[in-house]
Amino acid sequence: MEKTINLTLKIWRQNGPKEKGRFETYKVNNISTDSSFLEMMDILNEQLINENKEPVAFDHDCREGICGMCSLYINGRPHGPDDDVTTCQLHMRKFKDGETVTIEPWRAAAFPVIKDLIVDRNAFDKIIAAGGYVSVSTGGVPDANAIPISKIDADESMDSASCIGCGACVAACKNSSAMLFVSAKVSQLALLPQGRVEAKRRAKAMVAKMDELGFGGCTNTGACEVECPKNISITNIARLNREYLKARFAE
Amino acid sequence: MSNFLTASIGRKFIMSISGLFLMMFICVHLGINLLLIFDDSGNLFNQGAHFMATNPLIKVMEPLLGLGFIIHIIWSFLLSYQNYKARPVGYAQSNASYSSTWASRNMLILGALVLVFLVLHIMNFFWKIKVSGDPLLEHVLVNGEHMENTYALVSDLFINSAVYGIIYILGGILLGLHLGHGFWSSFQTLGLANKVWLARLQFVGKIFAVMVALGFSIIPLYFLIKF
Repeated sequence: MEKTINLTLKIWRQNGPKEKGRFETYKVNNISTDSSFLEMMDILNEQLINENKEPVAFDHDCREGICGMCSLYINGRPHGPDDDVTTCQLHMRKFKDGETVTIEPWRAAAFPVIKDLIVDRNAFDKIIAAGGYVSVSTGGVPDANAIPISKIDADESMDSASCIGCGACVAACKNSSAMLFVSAKVSQLALLPQGRVEAKRRAKAMVAKMDELGFGGCTNTGACEVECPKNISITNIARLNREYLKARFAE
Repeated sequence: MSNFLTASIGRKFIMSISGLFLMMFICVHLGINLLLIFDDSGNLFNQGAHFMATNPLIKVMEPLLGLGFIIHIIWSFLLSYQNYKARPVGYAQSNASYSSTWASRNMLILGALVLVFLVLHIMNFFWKIKVSGDPLLEHVLVNGEHMENTYALVSDLFINSAVYGIIYILGGILLGLHLGHGFWSSFQTLGLANKVWLARLQFVGKIFAVMVALGFSIIPLYFLIKF
C-alpha cells in the first residue's frame, strides 16, 4: 500500500558563484514514501517549471550510488538521515509527514558553490592529478599469482578503492578536511606492490595539493567515517599519516 | 623539510609529539600528587616534591616541559586557524553530534580552559615555590633532611577553600575530556593505528582519561571531605 507525505523544503538558492545566496521555502505534496530523495527533487522542479520559476540546480548522475555525483547536506547530515547510502539511494520513507527538510550544498572553501546546491568538486580531480595514479604502462592483465598479494592487503585495498569521491567527508568534517578522500586514494595504491614504487612521491604530492587547495587539516573527530556512504575507514588516515611522515623523514 | 612545520600533517605531527610529551609529564605529576593523600603528616609528599626539585634530570626536563606547553599551545592556534579558514560559510542546520563526540570537536576550547586552569595553578603553587616564596613553605626536617614544606602550601589551599577545591576538580575533569580524544588521536596522527590498534588505542585512551580525571579530582576531594 502506497503512503504519501507532504513536506516543507528549505532550500539554499544561489544564482552564481559570486552571487549572494539565501534560503527559499517550498511545499511539495503527495510524495510517495517509496520514491527516492532525488525523485522528490524532480517533482519539486517540475512544479517550479509549471509555475514559470527557475528549477533548483542539484548534481546527480547514475542514481544507483556508485558515481559519486550526488551530494546535498540534508537536515544537518551529508547524504541525509540514512547511513551508508548516497542521496540518490535515500528513500522518502526516512521522512515524516509534515516535516521541514533543510537542504544545503557542501560547505568548504575548496568546494565553491556554482549554483544553488551544486558545488565545484574539481579540487578532488586536482588532488588525483597530483599523484593518485601509477605512472607506468602496466600492459595487459598479468598472470594470476605472478605477484603474490595477501588476502588482507587485497581486501583493504579494495575497501579503500570503493571511495566514489562524492565529498561527503569534506562536508561532514568541521575543518572541511579532505583527509578521508586523500587517504583512501593513497591507501588503495600503497597497499599493493605496484603502488609502492611511487608511494613516497605520491603521499607528498597529494597532501601538498590538498593543503594548497584550501582544505583543512584532520583533527580525528571521525565524522567523515560515519557519514561516508561507502564506509571508508579512518584507519586509512592513519596510513596516509604514516606514508606522508615516512616520505618526509626520508628526505 | 622546509614547509613541514606548516603542512597540515606536519602541524598535526607537532601537536601529537608535544601532546604525548605532556601526557608523560601528567603521569609523573599525578604520581607525585597522589602522595598527598597517603600520608597526612605530609612527609611523604614533601620528600616527593623535594626529590623532584633537586633531581638533575628534572632540572633538565623543566625548561623542555615549558617549551612543550608553549609549542602545543601555539600550534593549536595555528592549525585551528587553518581549519577555520577552510569553511568560510557554515551550515544553517548541522547534526554534528550524530557523527562525532563533543570533545573531539572542541579540543581548542577544552585546551583553552585547561590553559586558564594552568595559569591559576602556576600562581597557586609553582610561582610561590620557585619565585615569590610563602610563609607556609618554611623548612621542615624530614628524615634528617631540610626541605620546603610544600605539603603545607597545598593542603592549606584545599582545606581552607572549597572554591579552589571545586576549581581543581573541574580542572581534572577538563583535562580528562581533552585526553579522552587526545590520547588515541596522537597515535593516529603518527600513523600508529590500523583496524586492530585503533580500537585498542581508543579503549586505552578512555581508561587513561578517566584515571587522570579521577586521580587529580580525588586530591582536593580528599581534603574537602576529611578536613
